Amino acid sequence: MSEGRQIGEVILDLKNISLRFGGVKALTDISFDVREHEVRAIIGPNGAGKSSMLNVINGVYRPQEGDIVFRGKHHRDMNTYEAAKAGIARTFQNIALFKGMTVLDNIMTGRNLKMKSNFLLDALYWGPAQREEIAHRRKVEEIIDFLEIQHIRKTPVARLPYGLQKRVELGRALAAEPSILLLDEPMAGMNVEEKQDMCRFILDVNDQLGTTIVLIEHDMGVVMDISDRVVVLDYGKKIADGTPDEVRANQDVIDAYLGVAH
Amino acid sequence: MSDNVRLSSLSTFPRLLKHHAQVRPNHPATREKDLGIWQTWTWSQVAEEVRAMACGLAELGFKRGDNLAIIGDNRPRLYWAMYAAQCLGGVPVPLYQDAVAAEMVFVLQDAGIKFAIVEDQEQVDKLLENMSQCPDLQHILYDDPRGLRHYNQAFLHGLDEVQEMGRIHNRNHPEFLDGEIELGKSDDVAVMLYTSGTTGKPKGVCQTHGAFIAAAQSGCEFDRLGPDDNILSYLPMAWVGDHLFSFAQAAYAGFTINCPESGDTVMTDMREIGPSYYFAPPRVFENLLTQVMIRMEDAGALKRNMFHYFMGVARRCGAEILDGKPVSGTDRLLYALGNLLVYGPLRNVLGMSRIRVAYTAGAAIGPDLFRFYRSIGVNLKQLYGATETCAAVCLQPDGQIKFDTVGPPAPGVEVKIDDSGEVLVRGAVMLKEYYKRPDATAESIDAQGYFHTGDAGFFDEDGHLKIIDRAKDVGKLASGAMFAPNYIENKLKFFSHIKEAVAFGDRKDEVCAFINIDMGAVGNWAERRNIAYSGYTDLAQKTEVYELIRECVEQANAELAHDAMLSDSQVHRFLILHKELDPDDDELTRTRKVRRGFIAEKYGVLIDALYSGKASQFIETEVKFEDGRKGKVSADLRIMEAKTFPSQAAKKAA
Repeated sequence: MSEGRQIGEVILDLKNISLRFGGVKALTDISFDVREHEVRAIIGPNGAGKSSMLNVINGVYRPQEGDIVFRGKHHRDMNTYEAAKAGIARTFQNIALFKGMTVLDNIMTGRNLKMKSNFLLDALYWGPAQREEIAHRRKVEEIIDFLEIQHIRKTPVARLPYGLQKRVELGRALAAEPSILLLDEPMAGMNVEEKQDMCRFILDVNDQLGTTIVLIEHDMGVVMDISDRVVVLDYGKKIADGTPDEVRANQDVIDAYLGVAH
Repeated sequence: MSDNVRLSSLSTFPRLLKHHAQVRPNHPATREKDLGIWQTWTWSQVAEEVRAMACGLAELGFKRGDNLAIIGDNRPRLYWAMYAAQCLGGVPVPLYQDAVAAEMVFVLQDAGIKFAIVEDQEQVDKLLENMSQCPDLQHILYDDPRGLRHYNQAFLHGLDEVQEMGRIHNRNHPEFLDGEIELGKSDDVAVMLYTSGTTGKPKGVCQTHGAFIAAAQSGCEFDRLGPDDNILSYLPMAWVGDHLFSFAQAAYAGFTINCPESGDTVMTDMREIGPSYYFAPPRVFENLLTQVMIRMEDAGALKRNMFHYFMGVARRCGAEILDGKPVSGTDRLLYALGNLLVYGPLRNVLGMSRIRVAYTAGAAIGPDLFRFYRSIGVNLKQLYGATETCAAVCLQPDGQIKFDTVGPPAPGVEVKIDDSGEVLVRGAVMLKEYYKRPDATAESIDAQGYFHTGDAGFFDEDGHLKIIDRAKDVGKLASGAMFAPNYIENKLKFFSHIKEAVAFGDRKDEVCAFINIDMGAVGNWAERRNIAYSGYTDLAQKTEVYELIRECVEQANAELAHDAMLSDSQVHRFLILHKELDPDDDELTRTRKVRRGFIAEKYGVLIDALYSGKASQFIETEVKFEDGRKGKVSADLRIMEAKTFPSQAAKKAA
């Protein structure tokens, strides 16, 4: 599948992360790392703390304990703006697009951090502002072409079926040209065909753009097919970490997913 | 056209290309929408691109007499690949891009393909999968490198590299290509198009430069097509219609072809380009009309009423106005108003505002469907032809449009009806031969040089040809009355709720039919009535849907009762199939014609049930997905009776 893709050094290392909401322990002492250019999956039953983990990575939640090392820099916690600037982009479990705006405009918003011209020039659409807009539009069009959504370029997002909305959200995340892409259940609620398409796009992003991918997914089949390494959470604790085959054979994982006889 | 004389002295397509590159170097030849922007190549640029591609092919070892497979959507470089092969005296062989891998193998083997130019990774994968069965295949060239970075097979080449190779080759041997082009002769084979295979295995139809240039010339002169015309090239390149309109005629008249961004964007792209010349099989016109009708049903009362009122006016006089026939002053006024309020905006939405000439062919078009487009001012005409005759046998001249005929024979084509009613054709546009099939060639071209079309038809009093059905499909009912299944199916298919129909009745007492509902139209209809359904199979078996279809069938029966010849062909019983007929399951050809024999065999149990008067029948069917995987669909199908009517013609006589 991807002979040419070189999995590199660890770029994101999470050490002993614990996160509490009052008395509720969402994450307890979790450590794992993400290597450059790999597809890293976080799986686990409902309420295992998967989304919380993503939120810690891109700075929405501040863990009470632990250390995050991103590209060699230690962070007590990430801050959302910093995370985005450092090249971490994400999609959400529940689609978070601007429903009334077109696909094109939605993806354009993903370029926000890359825009440099000032408010006044933008308002006048003059000189550098115009040139910049054209350059961004080109980038966005490349993403539209990449994700094969040319036919809905000018369609308001609210009118699109769910599967396509998910794809648009991926597009918006890609517009930031991230080095790490966090995908929160990119295939939830999709039919088989939509899932296959999404898998292909995720692999294409990983392979052709070299983007490191951290994804949460419920569908075991999907995870095992496309991930390089999988970390399994249950009740906020890490119960397994390894290649799909190792994880599949792990007794704790089987118990967590299928239940244990009492 | 001023340069007619010179044009007709150009006997091959590469010469035509060189001619346009000299006469109108800066005139747009090819456009493609890429990254949201229309990119244009002028005739001189196209000539350069073709030169680079041809020299690159030569460098790889492509020789005179070799066949070049071309597989993909309508991409500029795939069209140019045709010229490139022809420059070197090779023969382009376009294949249907949506064919599953196994289907492609037959053509690749039959044509002894050594070189293939394909669009993208999907097509490369299909070929790689079957390399072992195609020992001749030596080189695969691809247009779009996306996803192919890690393919390191030595026989895979990107077109960019091949063209670069060609440019170097051309610098070193600048005389080479012109010399090759000079060797080309008018009666060399210009292209090989495979028949859709309604009957048995596909056959390669060898057409010469002379034949296709003759067909292009007669069409261009007939409709006064010039370099300033525009056409949207979106139909499969393997289809003779697309080859005639987007390649041969464009090469002859020098007009611009426009390649859409993707298969899904055709509607938008068409509106942006506003083609002046348009070609589509009836199915496309039908889908467009269905979409319009669905949207009108969802529109507000004011708009809907206005639409229906003015469509009434258009039905009354629109087609007559287009034909320049006398129409009363009031009607003219109303039509002008309707043009302002309804027809104009509607044509704009359909992307048909600038259409001067539109053609349909490939299958019979429903008279009401045909009348609809003409009545809103789209100069839609019919033509008749086959792959073996470069698609150009009969054309309808402006002002002499009839809904049920295909017009008089085109200039230079001779048409004769033999004793059995089969249509025979002779002329410059005829095929040279079937590739490596002297038996089939001998079978279809007789001693006098007539090509047997296999269609049944007759000339009406004005000398216009009327096609009824495939000659071999026309049968007889047990009563001895004529049974033309296609005719009945077309009548049924005109209803927007019916997508496909298959009629049975040969050597039977009465006619029965299978129906496929149109998922879009019926789904919308059901939603407006709050009928819940989970998918096609479920919707198809709803009582309400059966009632809806029964009304359609009975209306068709009422119309059939008016025709003395066909009143016995009324549909007595029908059922709605549990799955859509699909080319992947071999039920339709790639051009979406029903394979009646295959269907009769596959669903024999359903036919038995129809004729035994059962109320329902269980069936389980295997379905194939595009990637070759298989699944199963099963359902308990209900069978419904439809009311038939006494023959009106007989009544009048009595």
